[in-house]
Amino acid sequence: MTDVVSSTAGVLAKPARRDIGIKRRYAAERRFRAYGIAALSFGILFLMLLLWSVVSKGYTAFQQTMITIPVEFSQQIIDKDNVRATDPAKLMTANYPIVARNALAKVLGVAETDRQGLRAVNQMISDGVRGQLRDMVVSDPEIIGTTQTVSLLAAGDIDSAVKGQINLDVAETSRKVSDQQVGWMKQLTDSGALAKEFNTGIFFNGASSRPEAAGVGVALIGSFYMMLIVLVLSLPIGVAASIYLEEFAPKNRFTDLIEVNINNLAAVPSIVYGLLGLAVFINFMGLPRSASLVGGLVLTLMTLPTIIIATRAALKAVPPSIRAAALGLGASKMQTIFHHVLPLAMPGILTGTIIGLAHALGETAPLLLIGMVAFVANYPTTPMDPSTALPVQIYMWANEAERAFVERTSGAIMILLLFLILMNVGAILLRRRFERRW
Amino acid sequence: MSTPLILLILAIIAIACYVVGTRHALAIAGGRSSKLHSRPGYYGTFVALCAVLPSVLILAAWLVVSPLYINSTVLDGFPEDVKARSPAEQGLSFGMVSSLARGMNVLSLDEIERIGGNPVELRAALGAKGVPLAGDPEPYMVESAGDLNVMTKISNWVMTAVVLLAALIGAGFSYTRIAPRFRARNRVEKVILASLVVASSIAILTTVGIVASMLTEATHFFTSIPPWEFFFGTVWDPRFAAAGATDSAGQFGLIPLLLGTLYIGFVAMLVAVPSGLFSAIYMSEYASRGVRSVAKPLLEVLAGIPTIVYGFFALTTVGPFLRDLSSQLNGLVTGDYANFIQAQSVLTAGFVMGIMLIPYVSSLSDDIITAVPGTLRDGSLGLGATQSETIKKVVLPAALPGIVGALLMTASRAIGETMIVVLAAGVAARMQLNPFEPMTTVTVKIVSQLTGDLEFTSPQTLVAFALGITLFAITLCLNIYALYIVRKYREQYE
Repeated sequence: MTDVVSSTAGVLAKPARRDIGIKRRYAAERRFRAYGIAALSFGILFLMLLLWSVVSKGYTAFQQTMITIPVEFSQQIIDKDNVRATDPAKLMTANYPIVARNALAKVLGVAETDRQGLRAVNQMISDGVRGQLRDMVVSDPEIIGTTQTVSLLAAGDIDSAVKGQINLDVAETSRKVSDQQVGWMKQLTDSGALAKEFNTGIFFNGASSRPEAAGVGVALIGSFYMMLIVLVLSLPIGVAASIYLEEFAPKNRFTDLIEVNINNLAAVPSIVYGLLGLAVFINFMGLPRSASLVGGLVLTLMTLPTIIIATRAALKAVPPSIRAAALGLGASKMQTIFHHVLPLAMPGILTGTIIGLAHALGETAPLLLIGMVAFVANYPTTPMDPSTALPVQIYMWANEAERAFVERTSGAIMILLLFLILMNVGAILLRRRFERRW
Repeated sequence: MSTPLILLILAIIAIACYVVGTRHALAIAGGRSSKLHSRPGYYGTFVALCAVLPSVLILAAWLVVSPLYINSTVLDGFPEDVKARSPAEQGLSFGMVSSLARGMNVLSLDEIERIGGNPVELRAALGAKGVPLAGDPEPYMVESAGDLNVMTKISNWVMTAVVLLAALIGAGFSYTRIAPRFRARNRVEKVILASLVVASSIAILTTVGIVASMLTEATHFFTSIPPWEFFFGTVWDPRFAAAGATDSAGQFGLIPLLLGTLYIGFVAMLVAVPSGLFSAIYMSEYASRGVRSVAKPLLEVLAGIPTIVYGFFALTTVGPFLRDLSSQLNGLVTGDYANFIQAQSVLTAGFVMGIMLIPYVSSLSDDIITAVPGTLRDGSLGLGATQSETIKKVVLPAALPGIVGALLMTASRAIGETMIVVLAAGVAARMQLNPFEPMTTVTVKIVSQLTGDLEFTSPQTLVAFALGITLFAITLCLNIYALYIVRKYREQYE
């Protein structure tokens, strides 16, 4: 150091050289600053890109093309031999897609002898009409023989074409919608029969191999059950564990071990919890696969460390004067904690819990291993029934090839993100509203 | 009585005990609670706890032990020739017996009398009631099922009686203990403390469960595949062979998976470390309060997005973009529009994972940089260093151990990350160094070996647990070391 000082002292007479050094150093300073800004913008840029890519692909999922036409519930097709009074199963197994096809063919003016035309007509309507028309007839057999105006789901490819997601400029043979069908689409749109409506199905339907009839209803219920189980189990256990560790535990080897353990559990890869759930809950205890109960238990174990860490921080933040005051008035240690410290720490605990729940809601990997990758079309009535979860549904749809599933996947992601945003905003508001600083 | 009903009765008893105990305590004190050692509610709680706690424990123990005892008695009662069969067949017979027993509870007494032990008719009758049987029951099974039902019923009645008796005895005993000088609060608090201890030992139990479950399953795996073939094998080819074929067990080499995991993790760290670290430095040293208050939450949003969303982003946006970009570049340079980057590749997965890790790096290093004492900065600035020189020469070296710890934690996250690689890295287990080609990871293989309908005895599924314990061990070591470093670093400046 002294050498440097003496040498700079010697060149004091030449101020130009010192200026060069300063300039270089300031340039380095500016560069360094720019790196920081670049790094920060890089992260934020990709956040924006990610959200934009999801939203731009997914907002169309909340609309569904419907074809509203008069449908003749022909006695001839549904119940030719008029046996529905004696054999109700007849109504369940009747060929409803033909009913819908004939109705559309009539509107479009396709002759009943034109087999190729009829097939093309059939491809325009979703297979979901089978269930839709069946439910109508079963609930009211009187409509057989009458003509009703019904909104039918358009097939996934037609839906994509209406939304402009299928490039109609490529050769007819290499796209999924024929020129004839495009013509019909225009005809139906002009007559007002074909229109986009708000897609309620995506919120309420169960799994389906047809994109237009698939929805996240089952997954939402499954996720709801799991969150309920996680909340009911992990909040009391987590709070009890933190109270013990923070307020009662003597400083010894055992509590040190628990402490290190909890910190490690928070960093264990989530997929390992899936293996644990598979080995312990399913193979050893014999709980059913795909059940949201098992999913909830696995996610509980995964969330516990997060909640414990947050709760301990919240308990630590309560000043010792509160404890001293309560103890001084004759409260026992237990009373001090449960009557005074815990209520004051509650906002922090709840914030941590909500954030832990939000993480659990988005977790996919452990659920894959306990069989939540299941095709479940019916609503689960109890947590023991097979169900899926929202992120798992996203995973399954992401693996589907059809164009219409890409938009559904993005739509499901938007629903998931919406829930996460709501939970996180709730946590922030809770913190703002109730957190006290001493 | 069914278990929920017993629990309900116990709950009612508990409430009643609380009310009675509280009143009794007050009555003994002549209505002046100041004469009592504890507040009256504690006496009530004490009575309730004495009544319910032992009976609930008895109930739980009974529910665990009695089925085991009954089942072994029924198995003992099987005829000699059945007992001579293999355990698997005995298990099947026992399954029949238990579903028979379930079915016979559904049938009315008349029906049982009418059937009179005729197995074929019994099966038909049960089928009509919605209890399907795998085959025609043998006569001894009907007998055993009857025994099973009788024993279950007796056990249930005895259990109900014992549990309720225990509750009453506990209540009565504790009721007589109530006295003004009786320290009810201390007793109650002891129970609460015990429950707190139990809750905090769940964390330990989880770890024990993870290690034990994975070790047992992995041991099963290592009985059919020797450990050295797993840990040092260079070929991953778990053929799903037909049962019984000995030569087609497949090869389970860990090395290609481990290489893929580390390679993708390395690419991810290449993206995450510079941008996360520089973001942290900028936010902690340069940014104004306003910028910080906007930028920090935005980066934290990145951490809050579920990994499946990143996976989808990689699959549908980043992967195809890189593929098209590479084909355009190739076309510009050579005129041949073939893509040299695959849509699923090390680069795609690593890059997206890197973005996911940015907030971890930045928030962990932010904490650590802020913890460097201001006096160090002041000293450096006072000697004429510029801000960036202060950071580079003083702050970062001082924070280095902590930052290394943070990076190790991030690396362990990269290694354990699943959904991004499942969707974006590919499934081919290959050993190569081209980042534009797909590779696979440990986590991908755990998922792909365990999704699908497979039996849990073949090495093809059990290998997932061997992979899992490897993953657990690696991340555990990284985390323990990182925690150790960070802790030591914190102590240095506190």
